[in-house]
Amino acid sequence: MRGADYVIKRTIFAVVTVFVALTINFIIFRAAPGSAVSNLARVPGATHALRAELEHEFGLDKPKLQQYFIYLGQLAHGNLGVSFASQQPVSHELLQALGNTIPMVLLGTLFAIGFGTFTGILAAYRRGTAVDKASVSTGLFFYSLPTQWLGLMLLLIFAGTLPSGGRVDAFLFNPTPLQHILDVLKHMLLPSLTLGLVLYGEYTLITRSAMLETLGEDYILTARAKGLSDRRIVTRHAFRNAMLPITTLIALSLGYIVAGSILIERVFSWPGIGQAVYYSVQNRDYPMLQGAFLLLTLSVVFFNYVADLLYFKLDPRIRE
Amino acid sequence: MSAVIQEEPGVLEGATEGRRRSTIWQILKDRPSTLVGLGVLGFFILVAGLAPHIAPYGAHTQVGAPFAPPSPKHPLGLDDGGIDMLSLLMYGARASLLVGFGATAIALLVGGSVGILAGYYGGRTEGILMRITDYFLVIPDVPLMIVIAAIWGQSLLHIILIIGFLLWTWTARVIRAQVKSVRERVYVKRARALGAGNGRTIFRHVLPQIAPLLVASIVLTIAVAIFDETALAYLGLSDPSVISWGKLIKNASDAAAVSAGAWWAIVPPGLCVAVLILSCTLIGQVLEDALNPRLRASYLAARGFRIRRVAREEG
Repeated sequence: MRGADYVIKRTIFAVVTVFVALTINFIIFRAAPGSAVSNLARVPGATHALRAELEHEFGLDKPKLQQYFIYLGQLAHGNLGVSFASQQPVSHELLQALGNTIPMVLLGTLFAIGFGTFTGILAAYRRGTAVDKASVSTGLFFYSLPTQWLGLMLLLIFAGTLPSGGRVDAFLFNPTPLQHILDVLKHMLLPSLTLGLVLYGEYTLITRSAMLETLGEDYILTARAKGLSDRRIVTRHAFRNAMLPITTLIALSLGYIVAGSILIERVFSWPGIGQAVYYSVQNRDYPMLQGAFLLLTLSVVFFNYVADLLYFKLDPRIRE
Repeated sequence: MSAVIQEEPGVLEGATEGRRRSTIWQILKDRPSTLVGLGVLGFFILVAGLAPHIAPYGAHTQVGAPFAPPSPKHPLGLDDGGIDMLSLLMYGARASLLVGFGATAIALLVGGSVGILAGYYGGRTEGILMRITDYFLVIPDVPLMIVIAAIWGQSLLHIILIIGFLLWTWTARVIRAQVKSVRERVYVKRARALGAGNGRTIFRHVLPQIAPLLVASIVLTIAVAIFDETALAYLGLSDPSVISWGKLIKNASDAAAVSAGAWWAIVPPGLCVAVLILSCTLIGQVLEDALNPRLRASYLAARGFRIRRVAREEG
């Protein structure tokens, strides 16, 4: 039963990683200079008694270990605290931000997967030709660009033709649902394109090397010896096997994309997780920052786990 | 899948001091693009070192109107404070490269030690060290950098430390795999049979063998570190008093260079970063590819969404 073994091992790893992340999250913010009450206690006529009172109210006078368990208990109930800046529950704010981030990231990723895998396959198939060289150079070029800079370049190029920031047009009064969707899509185009181009390079290079690896396998030689057409070899024999690393890598990268979109959302003032992280850094809004970091870590751990399971599903060799 | 390490005959095996150097050189020489990469890297290092002497103007002296376009006197125009862009770029190279090299040194020290210890001693040491590495690998480093930098306060030293201590995981994994294979080579076993201690075996016999891979690891880490610096700077987490390329991009963006149409304030710093990352990637990937074909696609992510190696090692 190696298969069950594998799944159990990966599950344990994912669960432990979540705990490691939670613990890091707890420690980092406890190590922050000042405590949650130092700002609140900074009022005219504040006394040490008030400070102690506040500390008691926030549970900061309890032993650290107990605080840790209280923290875990609250998290289990979905309580991430209250944002210093907006006085709203962090979980509520984050969910809203996530709802804005996901469509933007999805559009960009789909773009990258579509074009990236296509040029990657083409480059591997036409290995050593001008097509290959051009795809690899373009891929490396986009891969090397600083994300925020690429976004700013697109802004320079499309200044005037496409909206430069935000999610909706503030001057569009009482839009019909269709108008609203078109408006959001229009705003989404540039941030998604930035993400798409940045990922495009990566996906092209990865697809190409995965394809090259499978094209070198013995069964490709067999297929060729059988007299199959090149097209059939590439689509039916090589690509289907190259899908394994590609799918895993896409699943893995999805988790990081949410984190990577911080810069993009900042450039285009897209009101998602990244923007939330930026504002909480600016305002030193620790509960918000803590919640956002937790969410980003969880997304990475989650997609890692998905990638592991996909790997298990796609690769029969693990199940033997 | 078990971790079967292939030996690459001819590249690493039995290389003497002289031959090893010529191997790196040969790999680089056979691919002209890496020579370009090396040239660019050298050029930037030179410019950074000589900045105070060759910069036409000071990094803080206003020499004209804000966002004055390029002119013969100022080939790259002026920034929002009326400071010469070309001079700023030269001074900016200093901090960017300092972060690149400083963070890489830390990453190399930590990652290299972990990789060598895990690969050389194996067993429980390896299990524990690699488990720790795995956890660090999964936690997204750019958000963690942001969180730590936000709490710790902005300074150049902090940036270097934060980036360095979060970038060691890849080096550790790559080095471990290589050390494991070198350890099993006949000449290492022979040296041990002759009574060489662990320290001597590691430093005299194992380390020289993995040197080329270390070089590849160094160049690739430099690229990632410089990339991360621009990201932190863009979010306002870099040292406010230090000029770096990342800071220049942020300044131009904050000063609305885009809507002012002042492309000269925003294109050059990003281009410098891109060209530097491209050169490092070219050098590093070619070296890595040539030395260890199994590690292909490993470093294909300079940005936060880093990607794991294609081949996984499951026990």
